[in-house]
Amino acid sequence: MNVHEYQAKDLMREAGISVLKGGTAKSGDEAVEVAKKLGGNIWVVKAQIHAGGRGKGGGVKLAKSLEEVKQFGDEIMGMTLITHQTGPEGKVVNTLLVEEGCDIDHEYYVGIVLDRDTSRITMMASREGGVDIEEIAKDSPEKIIKVGIDPAVGYNAYVGRKLGFGIGLKGDTLKKAMKFFEGLYDMYIDRDCSIAEINPLVTTKSGDVIALDAKLNFDDNALYRQPAIEELRDETEESSQELEAGKYGLSYISLDGNIGCLVNGAGLAMGTLDIIKIFGGEPANFLDVGGGATKETVQKAFEIILEDKNVKAILVNIFGGIMKCDIIAEGVVAAAKELKLSVPLVVRLEGTNVNLGKKILEESGLAITPAGDLADAAKKVVAAANGEA
Amino acid sequence: MTILVGRDTKLMTVGLTGKQGTFHTLQCRDYGTNVVGGVTPGKGGITHEGIPVFNTINECIEVTGANAAMVFVPPPFAADSILECIESGIPLIIAITEGIPINDMVKVRSALKASSSILIGPNCPGIITPGECKIGIMPGHIHMPGRVGVISRSGTLTYEAVFQLTQREIGQSTCVGIGGDPVNGTSFIDCLDLFEKDPDTDAVIMIGEIGGNAESDAARWIKKNMTKPVVSFIAGASAPAGKRMGHAGAIISGGDDTAEAKYKVLEECGVTIARSPAELGEKVAEVLK
Repeated sequence: MNVHEYQAKDLMREAGISVLKGGTAKSGDEAVEVAKKLGGNIWVVKAQIHAGGRGKGGGVKLAKSLEEVKQFGDEIMGMTLITHQTGPEGKVVNTLLVEEGCDIDHEYYVGIVLDRDTSRITMMASREGGVDIEEIAKDSPEKIIKVGIDPAVGYNAYVGRKLGFGIGLKGDTLKKAMKFFEGLYDMYIDRDCSIAEINPLVTTKSGDVIALDAKLNFDDNALYRQPAIEELRDETEESSQELEAGKYGLSYISLDGNIGCLVNGAGLAMGTLDIIKIFGGEPANFLDVGGGATKETVQKAFEIILEDKNVKAILVNIFGGIMKCDIIAEGVVAAAKELKLSVPLVVRLEGTNVNLGKKILEESGLAITPAGDLADAAKKVVAAANGEA
Repeated sequence: MTILVGRDTKLMTVGLTGKQGTFHTLQCRDYGTNVVGGVTPGKGGITHEGIPVFNTINECIEVTGANAAMVFVPPPFAADSILECIESGIPLIIAITEGIPINDMVKVRSALKASSSILIGPNCPGIITPGECKIGIMPGHIHMPGRVGVISRSGTLTYEAVFQLTQREIGQSTCVGIGGDPVNGTSFIDCLDLFEKDPDTDAVIMIGEIGGNAESDAARWIKKNMTKPVVSFIAGASAPAGKRMGHAGAIISGGDDTAEAKYKVLEECGVTIARSPAELGEKVAEVLK
């Protein structure tokens, strides 16, 4: 799960990690009120969307007067921001963050992620902050200092020293940075983060160490024990179909094509998309009904697939294990009848109770195209989507 | 012989008395697995479906001699149960549970390192040596005893591969589902090593996914150490970047963890590639010729 920058900074502030003072606003006028409360004579107005690259897209502006705060606030609020992470359709800005300005001395990078190769939480820091860290990782990996943390031992001061000295800090600044690193690690663990990225972390001319930007992601599997994080969910940032699917234990991802897919198991669902492409088709979605699907969830899955008006044909591909084919077949028949299904439907069933499932489909009197194996199913659904069946 | 499980396996189920635990334990027993006990804290002393129940894993092992544990505990408590298994010293742990928090698994991995236990999973269908022993949720009837090893990050895609083999009358030595989570107990390389050393395995299918470097690491290992042919499919060639494709670990987060990047390394390392999941059976038949 993803949160906005201002939410991430609130969590950091609570954890005693140093961030700039700021407040949210919904209009230019509100932005001015926030700026007045903050005081000073320089402010930053920032678009709050779940995507990086906001500065380049025109969503972050430095204001040198209250008039400019209002002007930039009005410009950014409601704009459709397109960045390399939003996709071509962009994202509408619904919230602004107004922050006090600061006297930047140097920009650094700090991040915490899971290193899948070592199965350890790993802290990273670089002297090259404020830029795309992926580029640094590719072109000059030696500029990124990495320290893996043994969960049995936890965080120790040497981790901070290694990172701090590694990026060239010393004296009082080093001490402040070490406090920052430790605070960030503790928060990462306490809040079940899956990514914590501070890019840039800055040192100021007055000797402070402060997070200028903050990106936090959280482990979906751990949200059950993080109710305060779950409350930060901004549903307008997530696809409504994906959210709806999640409520029924379905895993759904919308894609650009015209072939709807309903599959059990994540791997087989991915494999089904792949084989549709191999046969020249374009999948409209990824949908894993999971192992515990019922007649009702299968019906729901059909509803969600059909909300996408691009769908010209549907492929149901089930390999019954825990999932029984007759349960799927009942759901398919009920959904097809209730939703008055008008697009061609290709069904491939295999595994547990397959004969029972096939019988239910045959006796339904519905125009369902049965498929023998995976390749046959893909071939038939691609033909159907092209109007050839 | 075959790997990890066989006729000598004595299985206990942790979380036996729950609905899923009961159903699948009975399915395993019906398949022929020697189920000797179960653990549900607070229910020790009862007999459930003819299986003795204990409060702790140690107690169950002492009384029944169990040498493998299948974990069917809900996600909030699963890591704790796996840690209890590791502490008991049981040689093999199979965790079926999906949805264990990542940071919990990071701790489990650290504990595993200091022990001699092997953990299969979590978020996996389990392990089966056809005709001898089934531990997990896979449909037993699609399997057939034979000489091809199967390793996979996905459940249903494994069934698909096994089904294609069985249809061609190519049997399987052992099928291992290593699970779809970013932190798991056993890697592709661990299993490949066991299959390489197993005199009853002639070839291996490795089914991977987008996300992580496990397949590329395995490919390099294969080139260096493996004499038996390996056939591989990577699910998610058509997946968009940055989206979690059902499995917690199936997410493209850089340039190296796409299906295409993995296929490239696999090909360079001499692994036979199936770009379509429908070709797995056919490709194995080819390498066995």
